[in-house]
Amino acid sequence: MRDTERLAKTIRAHALKMVAAAKASHIGSCLSCADILAVLYGEILSFNPTCPDDADRDIFIMSKGHAAAILYAVLAESGFFPLSWLETYCCNGSVLSGHVSKHGVPGVELSTGSLGHGLSVGCGFAIAANADKKPSKTFVLLSDGECDEGSNWEAILCAPQFKLNNLIAIIDYNKIQSFGFVKDIINLEPFADKWRSFGWNVYEVDGHDHNALKSVFRISAVDNVKPSVVIAHTTKGQGVSYMENELLWHYRNPNEGQLKQAIAELDKVQ
Amino acid sequence: MRTAFIESLIECARSNRYIWLLTADLGFSVLERFRDEFPGRFINIGIAEQNMIGIAAGLALSGKTVFVYSIANFPTFRCLEQIRNDVCFHNLNVIVVAVGSGVGYGSSGYTHHGIEDLALMRALPNMSVVAPGDSTETTLVTQLLTLSKGPVYLRLGKSGEPELDKSLSTINMGDILQFIRGSEISILTTGGVLDIAKSVVQECNTIGIFPSGYSVPFLKPMNETKLYEILTQSKLVITIEEHKEGGLGTIISEFITTNRIACELIKFRLPEFVIHEVGSQNYLRDKYGLNAANILQSIKTFSLKQ
Repeated sequence: MRDTERLAKTIRAHALKMVAAAKASHIGSCLSCADILAVLYGEILSFNPTCPDDADRDIFIMSKGHAAAILYAVLAESGFFPLSWLETYCCNGSVLSGHVSKHGVPGVELSTGSLGHGLSVGCGFAIAANADKKPSKTFVLLSDGECDEGSNWEAILCAPQFKLNNLIAIIDYNKIQSFGFVKDIINLEPFADKWRSFGWNVYEVDGHDHNALKSVFRISAVDNVKPSVVIAHTTKGQGVSYMENELLWHYRNPNEGQLKQAIAELDKVQ
Repeated sequence: MRTAFIESLIECARSNRYIWLLTADLGFSVLERFRDEFPGRFINIGIAEQNMIGIAAGLALSGKTVFVYSIANFPTFRCLEQIRNDVCFHNLNVIVVAVGSGVGYGSSGYTHHGIEDLALMRALPNMSVVAPGDSTETTLVTQLLTLSKGPVYLRLGKSGEPELDKSLSTINMGDILQFIRGSEISILTTGGVLDIAKSVVQECNTIGIFPSGYSVPFLKPMNETKLYEILTQSKLVITIEEHKEGGLGTIISEFITTNRIACELIKFRLPEFVIHEVGSQNYLRDKYGLNAANILQSIKTFSLKQ
């Protein structure tokens, strides 16, 4: 198994254990973006875990802040803080809250949780990097349901205007939002056309295919003028058979037996 | 006030390359000079306040000191959650500037009345709340804010406010500025109604009453030692503000209660109900008793009881 795939498997296992121990929600949302995070932190992003504020680092913003467990897992695996912290997820007195918190958590760039904030802040990072002639790129991961929030569309309008060629939005398009299927609630389609018409480079990719993700992140990060969006088609709950494409696992946490089965399924993947 | 603000900001930006200015497409005939002198540090975000605050947060997280500019309620109410989560939660150097607060845009109607902003902004963590009383205070406050840390709400009038105290040369966070020393009646005022307070003092003096007068540009933080001293030396305290409950009068009322201070408090402020009348700033001030004559009457009544 290649490194990023091993990393994806590891952080999936962490997130499952964290959510099970904390009896927390959003495991489906964590699993759908695990491969995206593994590829970014394993091979794409430039960062230095011993100096999280390194001036030339790439910026990653988890705008879908409810997928906190998987972000904390990948940060710990990347060396930003000890793996033992993950056991405190959502516990009394912990810094690892159920939605992404920057406070006291090295490697987190922005506290999120209310949807529709990350892309604007990402525009700010990208504007600053361009003004300061820094090489750093800004990646912002949004959920599909999050795109219902109007504030995103303010940012989507503005990024091409300011030629934010160093900004890459990623959509974890797992097709399920809080109350059901995206197409039945607020249909985003034709989604790629919407971004394209707003002036973005649009890439569609299988969000679980590491080779495809790697090449698309490399291409999307070198455009001269336009911002880029990577629409990653994913499966909610990816990697655990009984969670895949099941709305229930937006909320439910696995019991002991279910956790055992989930980990066993992950272990089977070579 | 807005001219004093922009001139001061331009002056500071010449020596401080971290200062940025963002607007949500407002500031015609005010912001052009900054734009022309510092094109790389000026952005018109368009009519999109939520995005403006988010971008300001991203810039501030990248080390910039970001002023965001709009009028009345637009840079506060429209984007309140961005201010709360992106700016205050992260304790960033973002200064939200609202011009024409109070009923500065009185004839524009209720949508343009910035009359609950102080209450809203002072509830936010890390947020300083500043409302200078004239252009001199505005200049000094702007200089101060370019160097301060953490978020600030800067509430300004529109234009045409008289310059009342040219002698003021320094200002510190939390200062309560005494403009006249008097007896056991204290007048505390915040923002552009400072001129009303000064008129009240003048008229009082003609009838042999000598109040103390203070401009309170810093609602949060406020020098509480100084405030305690003022209130404990007063029998009557008058607050004047172009705002509803939740602003200066409420702050003083809370302070009096918490510290068990024995003084009478009369709050001159705008009414709690929706103002449907259309009219100029002075028309609306008069209509709701925010004028020297009305305040003078209360002081006279109090004096007669003594």
